[in-house]
Amino acid sequence: MSPAMYNRLWLAFLDTVQMVGISALIALVIGIPIAVFLVVSAPGGFFEAPRLNRAVAAVVNGFRATPFIVLLVALLPFTRFLTGTTIGVWAAIVPLSISATPFFARIAEVSLREVDKGLIEAAQAMGCRKWHIVRHVLLPEAFPGIVGGFTITVVTMIGASAMAGAVGAGGLGDMAIRYGYQRFDTTVMIAVIIVLIAMVTLVQFAGDYTVRRLRNR
Amino acid sequence: MAALTVETTAVPVHGAATEKVATATRVASAAGAGSVRFEKLGKIYRSAAGAVNALEDIDLEIPAGRVYGIIGRSGAGKSSLLRTINRLETPTSGRVLVDGQDIGRFDEDALVELRRRLGMIFQHFNLLSAKTVRENVALPLVVAGVPKKQIAERVDEVLALVGLEGKHNVYPSRLSGGQKQRVGIARALVHKPEILLCDEATSALDPETTLSILKLLKDINRSLGLTIILITHEMSVIREICENVLVLEQGRIAEEGPVWQVFGAPKHDATRALLRPLSRDLPEDIAARLQPQPVAGGEAVLELHYTGGESAGPDLSCLASALGTSVRLLHGTIDRIQGHAQGTLLVAARGVSESNLEALKGHVGSARILGHVASDV
Repeated sequence: MSPAMYNRLWLAFLDTVQMVGISALIALVIGIPIAVFLVVSAPGGFFEAPRLNRAVAAVVNGFRATPFIVLLVALLPFTRFLTGTTIGVWAAIVPLSISATPFFARIAEVSLREVDKGLIEAAQAMGCRKWHIVRHVLLPEAFPGIVGGFTITVVTMIGASAMAGAVGAGGLGDMAIRYGYQRFDTTVMIAVIIVLIAMVTLVQFAGDYTVRRLRNR
Repeated sequence: MAALTVETTAVPVHGAATEKVATATRVASAAGAGSVRFEKLGKIYRSAAGAVNALEDIDLEIPAGRVYGIIGRSGAGKSSLLRTINRLETPTSGRVLVDGQDIGRFDEDALVELRRRLGMIFQHFNLLSAKTVRENVALPLVVAGVPKKQIAERVDEVLALVGLEGKHNVYPSRLSGGQKQRVGIARALVHKPEILLCDEATSALDPETTLSILKLLKDINRSLGLTIILITHEMSVIREICENVLVLEQGRIAEEGPVWQVFGAPKHDATRALLRPLSRDLPEDIAARLQPQPVAGGEAVLELHYTGGESAGPDLSCLASALGTSVRLLHGTIDRIQGHAQGTLLVAARGVSESNLEALKGHVGSARILGHVASDV
């Protein structure tokens, strides 16, 4: 591989980190409130709202049912409306975060739902308001599970970001297709795969480590 | 004087109003607040399988400062009844009055205020695993908006009270069952409640730890003067610390009264069934040799039951004078509950007949001849 190619690989890596990083952050910030809402508004929750719950759940399922590559194309007008362009890193961040948010919300929801009902009862008995229960009971108790779920989300997003090359977003996936596949440069292909494996391993390790620390206290 | 009037009448800001309520509560608490009354309380659970009467026609007064026990088999409605006091459970009919106030009328703010006057502990402790002991105990004060410095002082105080100094920064998973329940008690006491609700608080603990927790509860009741209402399915817990007991059976009151009376002379089958684990059956070796008819040269075996209402308690000299000096103690238990000695004794005596039992009247709750044995048992 030529020094120019190394440089390209480095830039592609940065693109991927940027796309995944920003989208993951958006998924985190929007996904957790959705997850909390789905749990507390479910029948038997302490903020019961069955109709709204079903509506939100339906939207979440709708986005999850759509394959990312389809979503990427279907969202083009919306992406153009938000970012003014349909190519580049920012154009990829829109579909990437819209796809990752419901995915992450569902995983976080499972962790939140598993919080012992007795803890919620204890919180109510000591005079906690609904917001206190979310803030002091639900989120902290589900936190290890949420971190684990976020790790899975980020790994999935690294995979999905490869498809973002289809909208000219750049990144590692784009590089593997253009140089490795279309120009038959096997070395580049292998180099990209190694970088991707390293990224996923690192994310998974960091996530597992954090979860273990949280669970082990 | 004028300033005082202004202060007690003008409460423009909501926060200030809450403060006033809190102060008023503290004063009332010192004057012995902490009474609960149930009026015609009923609770029906409706499900696909049909309606279940969990509670029916509960009329009951629990005076302030008592240690009050509610006992019943599983599914008798104890847990539902306890939870109506802090409205974790809403009754279908009837009223619950805490310090004379109908809590069914409370809006969300008043309900939160009420719950801050009540503490509750649980069978499975319900401690937050993500928070340290200190943070767990502090939580009721944190959500009530108490200043940090006051919280720290109060947390130290209650942790010392329950005997957990030095465990401030430990996570609950590192504690034993007994220590966890002590944290639960500290958390329940941290906002100085008038009433402590105990939901099977010792059912998950071993016998030794159970005793230490019950002793702690007793001490707290004495030193802080707060009302303790506990539910359990173990009569031994009631015997250990309660003054009054309510026996629930299928959602209804089976019987109610001072513990020594209910234990000494149970009126309801449910009570007798719950007491059975505490009573001893006729020892097998005696049962095997028992004959219905008197045996020449043999002895009669008598069962003497003391309810605790006898003037002098189990009086041995009176036994000797009624049954003759050959009377021997075979087997039995006498417990002292609230100063009343009660229990069952099995004695053997020579040449005893029904007429001798007359002489025991007034000294023994009840006496009967179980049978006869040939010679020494």
